Amino acid sequence: MSEPSSTKGLFKDKRESGIRHFLRATEIDSRLLGMIGALALIWIGFHVYGLVAKGFGAFLTPRNLWNLSVQTSSIGVMATGMVLVIVTRHIDLSVGSVLGFCAMFMAIVQVWVLPEFLGLGHPMIWVIAVLCGIAMGALIGAFHGYLIAYLGIPAFIVTLGGLLIWRGAAYLLARGETISPVDVTFAKLGGGPYGSVGSTASWAIGIAACIGVLISLWNGRRQRKRFQFPLRPLWAEGFLGVVGCAMIIGFVVLVNAYPWPKGIVRREIAAGNLDPDGNLIISHGFAIPVLIMLGVGIAMTFLATRTRFGRYVFAIGGNPEAAELAGINVRWVTLKVFALMGALAGLSAVIASARLNSATNALGTFDELYVIAAAVIGGTSLAGGLGTIYGAILGAVVMQSLQTGMVLIGFDAAVQQMVVGIVLVLAVFLDTLYRRRAD
Amino acid sequence: MNTAQVKYITSAPLVELKNLSISFGGIKAVDDASLELHPGEVVGLLGHNGAGKSTLVKILSGAYARDNGEIFIDGEKATINNPRDAKAYGIETIYQTLAVADNVDAAANLYLGRELQTSWGTLDDVAMEAEARKVMGRLNPNFQRFKEPVRKLSGGQRQSVAIARAILFNARILVMDEPTAALGPQETAQVAELILQLKKDGIGIFLISHDIHDVFDLADRVTVMKNGEIVGHARTEDVTKDEVLGMIILGKCPEKAVPGPGAMKAE
Ligand SMILES: Nc1ncnc2c1ncn2[C@@H]1O[C@H](COP(=O)(O)OP(=O)(O)O)[C@@H](O)[C@H]1O
Ligand SMILES: [Mg+2]
Repeated sequence: MSEPSSTKGLFKDKRESGIRHFLRATEIDSRLLGMIGALALIWIGFHVYGLVAKGFGAFLTPRNLWNLSVQTSSIGVMATGMVLVIVTRHIDLSVGSVLGFCAMFMAIVQVWVLPEFLGLGHPMIWVIAVLCGIAMGALIGAFHGYLIAYLGIPAFIVTLGGLLIWRGAAYLLARGETISPVDVTFAKLGGGPYGSVGSTASWAIGIAACIGVLISLWNGRRQRKRFQFPLRPLWAEGFLGVVGCAMIIGFVVLVNAYPWPKGIVRREIAAGNLDPDGNLIISHGFAIPVLIMLGVGIAMTFLATRTRFGRYVFAIGGNPEAAELAGINVRWVTLKVFALMGALAGLSAVIASARLNSATNALGTFDELYVIAAAVIGGTSLAGGLGTIYGAILGAVVMQSLQTGMVLIGFDAAVQQMVVGIVLVLAVFLDTLYRRRAD
Repeated sequence: MNTAQVKYITSAPLVELKNLSISFGGIKAVDDASLELHPGEVVGLLGHNGAGKSTLVKILSGAYARDNGEIFIDGEKATINNPRDAKAYGIETIYQTLAVADNVDAAANLYLGRELQTSWGTLDDVAMEAEARKVMGRLNPNFQRFKEPVRKLSGGQRQSVAIARAILFNARILVMDEPTAALGPQETAQVAELILQLKKDGIGIFLISHDIHDVFDLADRVTVMKNGEIVGHARTEDVTKDEVLGMIILGKCPEKAVPGPGAMKAE
């Protein structure tokens, strides 16, 4: 595979075999490539549609893509948990409602309860609120998991019940009131100009990520060499390194290309925080919720691939009976998977309510469909045992791109719903096709 | 076989199953079955498909909860409520269904439930693969597909994975439920050799088959089941293959065998 002749063959051979050779050498999943292709198609499609129909392509602009990244965060965070739920052959239909309930709960804690004791604007308020939200989500998830794993009620039913129950409970918590505004520091977790890290920090993060990519490639190669496992050809390693770093740097350039809106700059000048004669083009940089999502993605990938828990989750999905016979406590692992899913819904509630700067009892409605679609589009198989975290996050980007694009070109909410429904069914259909072909 | 005979007298059996029963929806899959196994002994468990062999040993390996009866290990009453309990007693099982997780690789299957971890608490995949290469090398020297999900392996290779998993952890009691069902003649011979080697190490082995030819030459004793009941026990040196066939097919116990509850009543 590594001789130059076969590398030349890459360009000379028939197109199909060339692609296959390329994929094998770089070990890129063909499904991942398909996902990226679909994403590119959606992005270019919406942009060109805007150009043709309105004379202005609004999609491929720093502003829109930056907003897209922020809007993806909440769904993306939950999608990483949904991967593990679906891998164990279950489903969680309640995540949207759990998000709504946790958001309401946190709003009450930080707006009605904590200021009484700590005083308004106390620096610990946001920390306590976030912890309360995540813990509440985990508790609800663990309860669902208990009903599913120990009482044997199908996950579909338990979480369908949860979908109704927690939405109703969110209403009851504040009798339908909208609680607003949330704690000032808490609100930064939702993004916006103040909830972004700025240009310098974004470059620092980007460069650290590039170094991380290069180290992991180098480390992987060293490990393979040490145990005399087959190596990727050098050009393939180089390709992966260059593409990885280019994507990271491209992302940094993109988020830095979206400056603060004029109104906010003016307000900051008025408040004396900005020198009116200095540089008034201030980059957003990475939004905090996006960093949260990426952090969750890395942590969940680690959990899924490097720990016993992750190994058990996949083994249970591959063959529950074998897992049980191997001595794995399948019920306990199942309970933990649902608790984790709940905790992530709690974290998403932080992002979603911070972004809105308020909590309403309708927050997160229909999110379960986006989250499940994201996981399935990202290669998680409903038959269980198969799925990746990065795929689910990419799937979340696909779903959010569809949503954003439809808003930009002015589709009705009704049409948007129909499209999401169709995409969900289509994604599952493609998964069945893919698996049939793989067998 | 002299040493084994002495052991019968002097030491408590390694495993003693006493009056085990289990039924599924009113059907008695195993009915009042008693059986024992000594260190370094191979007991062949024979009977037609559906006789209850797999079900009986699944009680021992903790996969099924018995309705009645008791299990003794080293003469002491054992509490086996799940597969983890059984493994804690040193009972390893190769299931008839193999019970492998198809979507993960061979090393992950070998260590499933007992993963090696680094000092950071993460999976030590390198160490597991190295060990997997060693043990698989013993069973199936040609095996090289360590990185692929088990789904992509041949039947024989999957079977080697299941066997390797059972011998990896220094079992004292090994249950092999039709272990050579998917193997070719060469691999079958390898497994036979392995059994003799494990026996020499003092491991007690239940070797299950519906085919007498798989078992007769390897076993010290045979136990025959029919319709969930034990027909009888016999030492292989005391009976002929035809007599054992008579036990399997008719439930007829030869003179030198010890009859069980399922033996055909003499006229
Ligand atoms: N989990 C189960 N549920 C219901 N019936 C079972 C189950 N396991 C085994 N049986 C029944 O018990 C009987 C004995 O089966 P088995 O132990 O597999 O036989 P063998 O291994 O001797 O071929 C069969 O009639 C089978 O259908
Ligand atoms: Mg059987």
